Parts: sequence; structure tokens; C-alpha cells
Amino acid sequence: MMETIPGIAEVGSRNATAAYDASKTKTVLRVSGLEVTYYTDLGRAKALDDVSFTLGAGEKLGMVGESGSGKSTMALAMMRMIKPPGRIERGQVIVDDVDLMSLDEEGMRRARLSKIAYIPQGAMNSLNPVIRIGAQMADAIRSHMRRESRSAIEDRCAAALRSVDLDPGVYRMYAHELSGGMKQRVCIAIGILLRPSVIIADEPTSALDVVTQRQVMETINKVQADINAAVILIGHDMGLMAQTVDRVAVMYAGRLVELSTVKEMFTDPKHPYSQALINSLPNLDKRGVFSGIPGLAPSLLRLPSGCAFHPRCPHGQQELQRSVRPAPVILAGGRMVACHLYGEEGHAHE
Amino acid sequence: MANIAMTPEQQSIHHPSGLTLFLRYMRRNKGLALGVLILLALTLFTVIGLVVVNPKHAYPLSAPLKLPPSLRYPLGTDFFGRNLLAAMVVGMWQTALIGLLAGGIGTLVGVLLGFTSAYFGGWVDSAIRTACQILTPIPVLLIQVVVAGSLDKRDVTIFTMALIVAMLAWMGPTLVIRAQVMTMKERQFVSVAKLSGMGDFSIIFKEILPNLLPFIAAAFVGQVFAAVFASFYLAVLGLGPLREPLLGNIIWAAQSQGAFFNGWWWWPLEPAFAMILILGALALVNMGLDELANPRIRRSE
Amino acid sequence: MTFKIVIKRLLFFVLVVWAASTIVFFIPRLSSRNAIRERFGELARTGGFSPADIEKLIASMQQQFGLDKPLLEQYWQYLGNITRLDFGYSLSRYPTTATEVIAQSLPWTIGLLLVTTVLSFVIGTLLGAVAAWPKSPGWLRSMATPFILLTGVPPVIMGILLLFFIGFRLKWLPLGGAYSVGVVPTWSWTFFFDLMQHQILPALALILGSVGGWVLSMRGMGITIQGEDYVNFAEHKGLTGGRIFRDYYLRNALLPQVTGLALALGTVVTSAVIVEGLFGLPGIGTALNLAIRANDFPVIYGIVIFITIAIAALMTILEFVYPLLDPRIREN
Repeated sequence: MMETIPGIAEVGSRNATAAYDASKTKTVLRVSGLEVTYYTDLGRAKALDDVSFTLGAGEKLGMVGESGSGKSTMALAMMRMIKPPGRIERGQVIVDDVDLMSLDEEGMRRARLSKIAYIPQGAMNSLNPVIRIGAQMADAIRSHMRRESRSAIEDRCAAALRSVDLDPGVYRMYAHELSGGMKQRVCIAIGILLRPSVIIADEPTSALDVVTQRQVMETINKVQADINAAVILIGHDMGLMAQTVDRVAVMYAGRLVELSTVKEMFTDPKHPYSQALINSLPNLDKRGVFSGIPGLAPSLLRLPSGCAFHPRCPHGQQELQRSVRPAPVILAGGRMVACHLYGEEGHAHE
Repeated sequence: MANIAMTPEQQSIHHPSGLTLFLRYMRRNKGLALGVLILLALTLFTVIGLVVVNPKHAYPLSAPLKLPPSLRYPLGTDFFGRNLLAAMVVGMWQTALIGLLAGGIGTLVGVLLGFTSAYFGGWVDSAIRTACQILTPIPVLLIQVVVAGSLDKRDVTIFTMALIVAMLAWMGPTLVIRAQVMTMKERQFVSVAKLSGMGDFSIIFKEILPNLLPFIAAAFVGQVFAAVFASFYLAVLGLGPLREPLLGNIIWAAQSQGAFFNGWWWWPLEPAFAMILILGALALVNMGLDELANPRIRRSE
Repeated sequence: MTFKIVIKRLLFFVLVVWAASTIVFFIPRLSSRNAIRERFGELARTGGFSPADIEKLIASMQQQFGLDKPLLEQYWQYLGNITRLDFGYSLSRYPTTATEVIAQSLPWTIGLLLVTTVLSFVIGTLLGAVAAWPKSPGWLRSMATPFILLTGVPPVIMGILLLFFIGFRLKWLPLGGAYSVGVVPTWSWTFFFDLMQHQILPALALILGSVGGWVLSMRGMGITIQGEDYVNFAEHKGLTGGRIFRDYYLRNALLPQVTGLALALGTVVTSAVIVEGLFGLPGIGTALNLAIRANDFPVIYGIVIFITIAIAALMTILEFVYPLLDPRIREN
């Protein structure tokens, strides 16, 4: 395990991106300065605030945080699927050297599924109940490859179904004839139909039982290895994450507060919020002792000043935390953390 | 979509006032605002009318016959010598009365049956549900025709009219309320109340009923709409209280006397416009309330 | 669809007809007034019937309503008559039977109903779907608005407005009746055009008066469907807007819309009947109007029960259409 000492890390620039093994793999995803606001009756809610990171081919990133921390908004923003009253204010999402934010509507439509695919959260209802599974796979292909022949499309679908361990006969079935796990697999199969560079899986296992959860995770691992895509796995099950992902990103109140390898995250979390998250995991050694995180997630409409976590933070009662937002800092080994405990002063943001 | 979690401490920080929120909501829900506005205007018309106009002039032989609108008779008079302005005022008031009475009865019966059905379940539920299902396809108006036709013409009054209309109008609200109570029964707060030893009736009145109010309100407006509509149709068929200047009656009378053939265009046209305003306003309010009660529709706006 | 379900649906149909017939049987008997007897007295007083006819009428009445027999026996006989669609003699048009009166007016009503219902349902459903679809062009979406505003105007009132503006002021179309006075009904084009001219306003009244309802229900359904996960996922899949609209959105919103059609049949038929009466078209509506004016109870009851049977039958047919629209219903 790499030992990092607080304080001796370089101070990150504003758009600091945590470079991870950039030397080993090609960078396929580069998100920088992404910002999303919801304009509600009660005021503006900044659901995503200046989020930046990069991801290499074949890399798996877990994204964790409480409800409302911006995980799902993150996924929707990357797909450019934020609906009013929400709006993407600024930022770039570069997939294979193309900035998705600069594409026109039609260009973005083509990019969906072919460059960046999304595997939905509510897989139970994500399939159209009145048309056959096959039709829902074929129309996805046809929307991107108009000239593809019928038999080529069917072959491609059968291959995708096989790669998620489903019988190709599923092609002729309806959603209600499938179990929850099978439906989720179909969604994964659809996600890999066009071999995208980036796959975002939004809590892909949340509606499934434990055994099926594991199987679905294994399926995701397998297909990812097949097509060597970068995968972002959104979820709150830290245990499931620990076994699957390479790196973990922790979100808090729309901000990315820590990005570390999974091993570092579990053995030596840096951000006080990450520490609290890790400590709240049930542990066989200290059965019966359950430590939650004190306080509640803040309302995005009324974020605390300075560091958004300071009201719940054990170190948060100083003027600095209350007035200055901590800048992302790159620690030794490429970990990123946004906290006043690290880096000299951290400088003011906005 | 981001969940916007509220913490107790933050709720107290600052909120736009209730009125501001209401006005903002009304601005988005323009239909509801317009509907309420028209209803207020109609109420004003009726109230002022009842004070200013002599209601007796709404009945036959109180004015010269067949006069087109003029200064003396702003809405004209009809074949039977009714001052149509007075007839409009009284007719509007009677229409409102039938609507509110029948709508109220229908909603009340519906809420009671819906509650009973959903809350107690079992054979009570199946009996009520089956009854609703079997009665729903029967064209209510035609049954009302049978009822109204079987009554002695002298027995048909505004009140019997309301009763006739309410008689077969409770199935809709019953099914709506039943469905809502069913989903509410599954919700956590009811289970918690049950576990904490609350009795059936306190659960109904303290936990479920308050949450049902938007649905009951929407059902009530829907019922009033249906009742006004049904009584209007009955009256147009000549099954209303014939002496009364009910809006449908006026149209029936005008049509029987061939008003358009004879050039008395104002006679059927005026009650028609009054009816459009009433039904239109009720429809707008109904839709607006639906949007309020159904967050799914609301989300898209 | 299994045999059991078919039986269940048919049983439901029978139950609906039975319930309607029973209500029609008992309601007049609950009222203090005995309409039939009153009508008898009236007929005897005003004359116009040969004594033999009156004897025959009384016999038929007693056979039909079995006024001297115990109530339960009367009820059984009545139900038996209904299964044979026998509603007895018309009181105002003796010796025509109520069934004959209905049969004569039926084709007119069916024609008018079919054309107006199909047109308003199709137009309303498409407009509503377009109106709720966020990506449809503004001019298309705004086309739905006038129809939505018309929702508050029932067909009968729409009829009066059309009569006033198009018939009375512009004199473009006739004010009512089946065909012009002085025109002899023959199988000729002139007569046919005259006939059609008289049908335009009532048909327009029915269509304009009901399109808005379909627009609204479809719009509401469309808004719900748009929030469904599968529509979202379809967009995530990068499908073209047209495909999402057709296969994911319209296709799913259609089932509740057809259910709505089944539920609205009662209102649809009633509106047509009343509009017919308003315009004096030959048809069930005018027959009912005349029967109400003449206290012709066998015809009134006959029409009520007949329409109920028709509606219940149509609903049963629509029940068999659902599985074609939704595979989930096919299984169970």
C-alpha cells in the first residue's frame, strides 16, 4: 500500500484531473468542469459543480455518494440527457477526442450507444412492454447503422445476448416474460451492441436480489473485458464496488471530493466524508457496532458555505472550512482529494 | 434527477411565502387559474343578478313575447314571455344548485364506498367493485331518462333532478378513491400507525383521509361537472322540471318552437353560451386539480 | 387468450344487460305513478283507436307487462321478452312494435356514430400525442389547443352554435331535418346530396364536441408515458425521435386510450342520440324524443335497453382487442 503524507502533495490547479495510470492505457474519457443546475420553484440547485476526471480504456470507476450527491445527474449530463428544469451550464465531456458538448442534437444522438452507452437504473421498467426484445435491440442498431442488413443485425443481437449469458431465444420474447436479472442482462446487451468506448451503469443492480446482483456484476466485468470499454459504475453499495472497480470516486453535494484507487479508498480514505463512508460499512470484526454519518445530506438549494461538508465534518469548525471552498489537490500516487486538510491553504473558488 | 433532500434546520432558513408559491404555481397552471376566475365571474353574475333582477320574470307571461335583445330586455324575451336575463340568472343558480347537490351526494357516496371497499377488502371489496364494473357500462343518461320519464311531471323539481343525477354517478369516485386508499394502505406511514396500535377509524381519519383530500377535491369537481352535464342533457330532452328556467329547459323549449327557423336566434344561443362558460370553467378546474393531485403529470410542466 | 377468459367476458356482458334491464323494470314500479295505466286511460279517452285495437293493445300490454300477475312472474316474463328483443307495441304508433321503431331508426344512427366516432378518436388521439410530445414542432402542438378549449362544449351545444353560425347566419347548410321539404326520397344523386347536406352539421357537432376529450386524455397519458423508464432508455439508445414517438410512446399510450374509448361509449352514444334529436335527424335520438313527448314507454324502455346491449357488446369486442395491443394481457 502506498503511504501518502498529508500536506506534501502538489496543489492542484482548478481543473485538476486525477491522472491514473495514464501511461498504461489510452485515455478514452476526459470530463472537465462539468456543471449542472436545476431551476426549481424554490430556487436554483447546483446538482453538479465543477466535476473533472479522466478514465482510460478498460478502466472501471465506481461512483459513490448519498442520494442527491449528483451521481445520477453526472450520468445524465454525460449522456446530455438532462431535462428541463435542469441545464448543463458548462464543461466538457470528451470521448475519444470528441467533445460531446460541442455536438449538435443529431450528432449527440449518433454518439449515444455508439460512443457512450448508458445502462439504466430501473432495469425493471427500462424495456418497452409491448414490443419484442429483439425489436428493441434491432431498432438501436438500425438507428445508428442504416444500411445494416437484417441478418447482420440479428447476428449482432444474438452475439450480444450470448455475451451476457442469455439464450438468443430471448430475442423473440417480451419483457414481462423475463426475470429481473434477465431484463438487466438485456439492458447490458443493448449497451454493448455497438461496442462503445464508455459505458455508464447507473445502479445496475439496485432492484435485484443478492445472488443476481453478483451475477450481473460478473456479466458487466466480462463484457467490459470483451470490448475494453471504460466503465463508470454508479451505486451506493460499497461492498459490491470493492470487488469490481479499479478506482472509486466519492461525490458529495454535487462535488467530487475524492478519487482514489479502490485499495487506497478502503485502507486509507483521505477525505473525512470518505472516511465516514468507509467506517459506516458493516464489519465482521466489530459486529453490532454501527456507525452512521452524523447529520443529513445538505439541500442543494441551500448549500453550506465554503466546504459543503463542514457542518458534518469533525474538522470543519474553523473559519477556513466555513468560508473557502477547498480546491482539488493531487496527492502522491495520483489520488485526488478536495479538502482543506490537504494542501497548504487551498484557494478560494468563486 | 437530483433528489433535493430537506433537512429540518434548512427548512427554517428561508422559504418564499405561501402566497408567492401559490401565485407561481398558478402561473404555471394557467388552466386552473382561468377556470377559477370564470367560476368567480359566474358567481358574481348570479349573485348580482339575483339582487337586481326580479326572479319572477324568469317565468312565463312576465314580459312581452319574442323580443330580440334590447335596452329594456338586454337578453331578449322568449316565446312564452320570459325575460331571458332573469331566466339566465335563475337558471344559472339552479344549474349550480343541481351540480353542487348531485356532485356532493355522488362524491360522498363514492368516498364512503371506496373507503369501505379498499380498507376492509375481502368480499365487501369484491361486491362493491363488481357492482361498479357492471353499472359503469350502462349509459347513465338513459337510465336517468327512464327515471325522469317514470315520474309525474309535477314531481320533477330541482331536487328530484339532483337526486336522479346523483343516483348513478357514484361509481367513478368509488373506484378512484378505492384505488388511492389501496396504494395508501401499502405505504409506510399506515403500517407504522397499525403497528403502533392505532384503531381502524383513527387510521382512516388521521392518516389516510388527509392524504386523500386532493383526490376527493378532484373527484368532487369531476362530479359537479358530470352532474351539470347530465341534468343539462335531461333537460334538453324535455325531462327537466318544465316550468323552471333551467338552461337545458330553455334550449329544449327553443328547439321545440323551431327558434332558428323562426329567426329567434338569441333564445337558444344564450343558454348555450352560459353552459359553455360553466362547463368550460369546471373542465379547466378539473384538469388543473388533476395536475395538482397527480405529480406525474405535474413533473412535465 | 384462454377459453375461460372468453366465458368470463361473455358472462360480464350478460350481467351488464341483466342489470340494466332490471333497473328499467323496477324503477317505474317504484314510482307512485303507474305510467302504463295512465296512458291506457288517456288512450281510451282520446280515442283514435278502434275498440278491437284497444282490446288487442290491452292484451299485449298485459302479456308484456303482465300487470295482474305477481311481480316476480312479471319480471321473469320481462327478462324472457328481452332475450328475444321484444319490447312490446309502441303506444303512439300502434300496431308498430317498439323493436320495429328501433330497427327503422337504427341504420341512421349507426352511420352517424361510426363516422363521427372513428374520426374524432383518430384525430384526437394523434393530436393529443403530438401535443404532449416535447419535440414536436410548435405549430403542430398549438393545433391541439383550440380543441382542448372545446372540451367544455358538449356536442349538443356545439350543435346549437353551428346551427346559429353556419345554418342561420351564413345559410350554408340546412337547419335540421333529414332532407329538404319538398324533396322526394328516391335513389338519386340529388337526393343523396340533399341527405348528406343535412348530416354535415350534426356530424361536425359530434366531432368538434368530442375531439377535445380524446386530445386531453391522450395528452395526459402521453405525459405519463414520457416519464417511463423505457422511453428514457430509448433516448439513451440513440433512437431517432420518430421511432421513439411511434414505437415507444404512441404504442404504449394507445392501450389506455382504447380502454377510454370503451368507457366513453355510453357518453358517445348518448351524445349522438341527443344531437340527432336536436337536428331532427331520423334515428334513435328522434325516436326517443318523440317517445318521451308521447309517453310511449315501450319505445323508451326498448331504446334504453337496446342501447345498453349495444354498448356492452361493443365493450366486450374491445376487450378482445386489448390483447392485440398489449402482449401482457395475452398471457393472463
